[in-house]
Amino acid sequence: MSLLEFARGPGLAIALILFASGTLWRLYSIFRRPAARVLSEPRSTALVSGAIRGIVRRMWHPATLRRRSLAATLNAYAYHLGLAIVFFGFAPHIAFIQRLTGLSWPAVPGVLFALAVALALVGLIAALLARLTSPVLRLISGFDDYASWAVTMLPLITGMALVSLPLDSSYPMVPDRPIAVAVHLLSLELLLAWLPFGKLSHAFLVFISRATTGAAFARKGATP
Amino acid sequence: MSQAATDTRPEAERLEAAMSGFARDFGRRAAIYMESCIHCGHCAEACHFFLATREAKYTPIWKLEPFRQAWKRQAGPFSWLPSALHPGRKPSFEMLEEWQELIYDSCTMCGRCTAACPMGIDIASLVGQARHGMFSAGLVPPDLLSAAERAEREGSPLGATPKVLRERLEWLTDEHEVPIHLDLPRADVLVTLSSVEIMKYPLSIVAMARVMEHCGQSWTISSHGYEATNFGMLSGNADWQRDMTLKLVDAAIAIGAKTVVLPECGHAYSAMRWQGAEMAGRALPFRVLHISEFLAENIGAGSLRVKAIHASTAFHDPCQVSRRGGATQAPRTVLAALGLELREMEDSGELSFCCAGGGGVIANSRADGLRHKAFEIKMRQIDATGADMAVTSCANCRLSFDDGQEHFHWDRKMGSLVELVADHLQAA
Repeated sequence: MSLLEFARGPGLAIALILFASGTLWRLYSIFRRPAARVLSEPRSTALVSGAIRGIVRRMWHPATLRRRSLAATLNAYAYHLGLAIVFFGFAPHIAFIQRLTGLSWPAVPGVLFALAVALALVGLIAALLARLTSPVLRLISGFDDYASWAVTMLPLITGMALVSLPLDSSYPMVPDRPIAVAVHLLSLELLLAWLPFGKLSHAFLVFISRATTGAAFARKGATP
Repeated sequence: MSQAATDTRPEAERLEAAMSGFARDFGRRAAIYMESCIHCGHCAEACHFFLATREAKYTPIWKLEPFRQAWKRQAGPFSWLPSALHPGRKPSFEMLEEWQELIYDSCTMCGRCTAACPMGIDIASLVGQARHGMFSAGLVPPDLLSAAERAEREGSPLGATPKVLRERLEWLTDEHEVPIHLDLPRADVLVTLSSVEIMKYPLSIVAMARVMEHCGQSWTISSHGYEATNFGMLSGNADWQRDMTLKLVDAAIAIGAKTVVLPECGHAYSAMRWQGAEMAGRALPFRVLHISEFLAENIGAGSLRVKAIHASTAFHDPCQVSRRGGATQAPRTVLAALGLELREMEDSGELSFCCAGGGGVIANSRADGLRHKAFEIKMRQIDATGADMAVTSCANCRLSFDDGQEHFHWDRKMGSLVELVADHLQAA
């Protein structure tokens, strides 16, 4: 079995199994904990609306807090948006997803893709520099922060190495460099496998955490 | 002498007590929050202690590090991993000693960090929980512990025992010619107090009595349950918190109260309005209102009529009533009824900065220097409003302001909302 065959077959399967089982385990570990009985008289019973407002409101800081965190917030938006466009908007990636799921959609124009790559790369490097130079971020950072940064960056770098290569005529939308393609695919699989175990799990925890506080604060009549 | 020096248990035992104490608080909400932090550091930029010092250790989420490590090792998704492979290091006793300052001296549980957290982690509530483990390990600042012990033993952290209360109420009744009911067998409203008011701001008690009489309420104070400031909660002793809550609950039930009115005290509101039923283990058979809510409600109902004041004012929001309590509008309704021009601070309402003395910090004298630095933010923001006066609805905040005024020779005085109302009641 070639490295590419491994990456397309067992490697991908292992990564997906780790992703799914890790996510379920992480969620189970949280939700198996007992929920506290809430007995005080609520000011509002619109808890679902509070949870939703909590999720939406925290997408942007209130004005007086925004000033102090504006650069970091904009940067986070930039690289999240860049990563999303790169992953979901690039034609070979859509072809990859189509082979797995049967779903497809139009690719983004090349200029937008290039801009997205730049946003993701520059944003992630800026985030790392901030983490390394800010006393606050240095203090609160650990292995997970740097590992998560690395596994996010790796598919970008290995993918960039493929962009200018000629396509394999026998396997549409894939460059004719099996080792390079395998490395790119394995880097994505590493990201998938790592995601549920580290801070990248904020991809799903963000909704749970924000909604929890949103509902609790709405119950008190405070801003979610 | 520090409490660490007076607690004779071996360090290993105290560490174990802390870990067990932390573990008791690992419910679902704490689990969600513990798993969700992305280490963005935004909470630092919301914390007055960090902003005043720029010291990284005052980053709110960092204050929870022992709690987080305990979560990882005792209950987290990978707590089953063998020690060598474990992602979390085991907190040491020395670490807990070091963190005592971060959990008690440099956190007022004001929750401004919660407002800033993009993940919505309620850091303030976690600090409150982490204090339980610290208390179990005997790692509470000595002054705060003394106040809490006294509150549990005598019913008041400041020596306002039932006997002292009775004497002071008799004196206030004579001095101010207003009926201050004590221990009536039945009443619709149980008025509760803060020891700070009993010992330092007695005019607030007179003001509450005047307001109650003006509104035609059937009301009383009870010597069986009057102290609303809950030092059990502030120090981290959940059993004492329950005892202190139940005194008020039992007193209210004994007189058949329909409403319990809490004094101008932020943490009292948090303890009774939002944690009282949970502590009692059952829904409460009466309403719980902060005095500012009571004032606003009676103004709205037309039973409280006030004269206009032609002046401008700044209003300091007590964090536990406003940001964490949901009663931000009530004092503004009262100020509007008084005809005051409200000049909001740059950070006001639910984003207001804490007075820096909440969460038991003002009762902890070793934190004075740090507290004064954080207080400067508040002082600057009030000065910037250019308002004629400044009021709040928390006696603990007033204490913090009075101390700051003295320390900085500040030319402003923080007033009381209920006193302002009582001084401007319309004649019947």
